[in-house]
Amino acid sequence: MNIVVCIKQVPNAKTVRYDTEKGTLVREGVEAIINPFDFHALEAGLHLKDAYGGEVTVLSMGPPQAENALRESLSLGADKGVLLSDRAFAGADTLATTYTLAKAIEKLGPVDLVLCGKQAIDGDTAQVGPGLAARLGLPYVTCVNALSVMDDEKTIQVRRINEDGYDILELEMPALLTVLASINTPRLPSLKGKMMARKTEIPIWDAEGIGAKPSMVGLTGSATRVVSTWVPTFEARREMFGGSAEEQVDALVSRLKAAGIL
Amino acid sequence: MLKVDTEKCTGCGECEESCTFDAIFVKDGVAVVDHDVCTLCGICVDGCPEGALELHVEAGAFATDLSSWKGIWVVAECRGGDLASVTLELLAKSRELAAELDAEVTAVLMGQGIESKARELIFHGADRVLIVDHHELATFTDEVYGNILADLAKRERPEIILAGATAMGRSYIPRVATILETGLTADCTGLDIRSEDKALLQTRPAFGGNLLATIVCPEHRPQMATVRPHVMKANAPDPGRKGEVIRIVPRKSLLGHKVQVIESVKEQAEGPNLSEADIIVTAGRGFEQEKNVELARELADLLEGTVGSTRAAVDAGWLSSRTQIGQTGVTVSPKLYIACGVSGAIQHIVGMQGSEIIVAINKDAEAPIFDVTTYGLVGDVKEILPLLIKRIQKERGL
Ligand SMILES: Cc1cc2nc3c(=O)[nH]c(=O)nc-3n(C[C@H](O)[C@H](O)[C@H](O)COP(=O)(O)OP(=O)(O)OC[C@H]3O[C@@H](n4cnc5c(N)ncnc54)[C@H](O)[C@@H]3O)c2cc1C
Ligand SMILES: Nc1ncnc2c1ncn2[C@@H]1O[C@H](COP(=O)(O)O)[C@@H](O)[C@H]1O
Repeated sequence: MNIVVCIKQVPNAKTVRYDTEKGTLVREGVEAIINPFDFHALEAGLHLKDAYGGEVTVLSMGPPQAENALRESLSLGADKGVLLSDRAFAGADTLATTYTLAKAIEKLGPVDLVLCGKQAIDGDTAQVGPGLAARLGLPYVTCVNALSVMDDEKTIQVRRINEDGYDILELEMPALLTVLASINTPRLPSLKGKMMARKTEIPIWDAEGIGAKPSMVGLTGSATRVVSTWVPTFEARREMFGGSAEEQVDALVSRLKAAGIL
Repeated sequence: MLKVDTEKCTGCGECEESCTFDAIFVKDGVAVVDHDVCTLCGICVDGCPEGALELHVEAGAFATDLSSWKGIWVVAECRGGDLASVTLELLAKSRELAAELDAEVTAVLMGQGIESKARELIFHGADRVLIVDHHELATFTDEVYGNILADLAKRERPEIILAGATAMGRSYIPRVATILETGLTADCTGLDIRSEDKALLQTRPAFGGNLLATIVCPEHRPQMATVRPHVMKANAPDPGRKGEVIRIVPRKSLLGHKVQVIESVKEQAEGPNLSEADIIVTAGRGFEQEKNVELARELADLLEGTVGSTRAAVDAGWLSSRTQIGQTGVTVSPKLYIACGVSGAIQHIVGMQGSEIIVAINKDAEAPIFDVTTYGLVGDVKEILPLLIKRIQKERGL
């Protein structure tokens, strides 16, 4: 089975601080990590490879240091890593990202399964998976939290989570899935994997290398533009009750009565 | 490319502080960009007090005649025979936007046996309803729903397409945007029209709700957004409203799909539906032990409300993930929200800040939850909740 896993390097939300007064993010030692959902996409791919053989390729579009994310994936058991890096790719929204990833996947050759995380935790868009499937002309299912391959080794059965419960769906490969964290527990890197990761060469492909039109990538190829950003503030309307627990409860009950709730 | 106007730059360092990627820094009193690292996210541009930074964009590839795209579309969602509440919320919002654009509001309704819903859409604000009623649409598939919507949009050229940021909307609307080669803003919490050029201003949280961003789609049409449920308010239905209903027969070529639905299973959440509840009692990690969560249930039952949770309470295994409120859970806007033992992480607050009255009980008087509360009680939930329950029982004569 030929599997491509799309991974994104993101700032670790836990180390990002926000300055409410200035309305900006504060830098201070922000660490770059693999998007948490993508770990689960990778694990799903590795699990299939363990069971059915084949190859797992990890693909990432990002700045040169995104190579670290690919090396980390190799140490977990991915066979190949490809980095899409080019100044021209910077500023890509989901329209340009899906175009770029699709061009690279086409270059990689025939693929049975493309796996993405449900969403990237920096942008939270959850749009790259479905958009990429549309570009590649593949059937897809989002928000998958269980996956099994049927006896014919061509059809997969998946469980898609929605607001009211879940659906069980079947589709034939080639296909694309976006996965939730609850689909599996990612493995830890092995010693052998770590050695492989150090030795394996990671090719870097630029726009020309994947035959991408310059007008379709990066900020130029993006349809959306950010016009402003700010850190949310909340209106201060609080009344803190003082005193003993009893006094505070009395105060609350009287306010709720006045509001017509009790 | 990110350009620094060295005449204007004072080397104040705001940009350096604001960059998450370490891509801009001050050297010899002026900002310098590391182009290998810069992702052109634009955060520093907005934050520069001198206006010295500019994102320079080459002319795009798909210049379209913007004026030939007209009208606002709301993609209606029908689940289990009922219109999703977000559809009605979007119709109300669209009426406001339509007034500024002098445009018509069209609802697009796909499914099987849904004709009767057209009236409801008109009563809630649609001027026209495009109905695609077909047995192939009885169960939702991304491919067919996406193909039909994209095909309709290509032919009718709406200026704006809005859909609910539901599991379904966030799954197939990106397909539609890609087919139409246009922009799509995910999970918006605010929509507006910019007065100068009538562009749709789309506001959404990023970085787990720690940052809000306003986004436009300047050169592509339609302008598309999915909108988070329960952040906008629906209008009461007006049975006097008139509108046009247009039936569409989908072309056969649009109906093929490769994903088969084997079964759909409904799982009932605890108590009444969280997103529709008038009163919510939320249990956070401050309950310390599973058995204490019973106090939240008791209070919720007494108030005929529903129990909600934070992610910490879900992770602890006390409550099901379906009760989680916040960024990665449900957004709620009840009349009364009682947060018990909840610290008030931004990811939680973004899901409940629209509540009318917010009460918090926390033993830490400095907890951030108190920044958004109407009434704050400082103390131990194990002490305060039993007292509160008793007082309310007395009030009710129980
Ligand atoms: C990308 C991302 C998405 C997330 N999405 C969500 C989401 O959708 N929803 C969500 O809720 N979280 C979400 N989180 C997690 C969020 O950041 C917080 O970790 C979580 O909300 C904390 O839950 P909590 O308030 O119950 O626990 P804590 O932060 O541990 O707070 C417990 C509070 O209880 C108080 N307390 C302790 N004992 C008592 C007592 N006996 N009596 C009274 N008070 C007491 C403490 O003072 C403290 O303030 C997300 C995080 C990330 C990174
Ligand atoms: N730059 C990228 N490189 C590789 N994969 C990506 C990239 N951006 C997004 N993805 C994939 O798409 C998923 C959804 O991302 P998003 O739509 O940005 O929320 C992620 O979990 C990744 O699997």
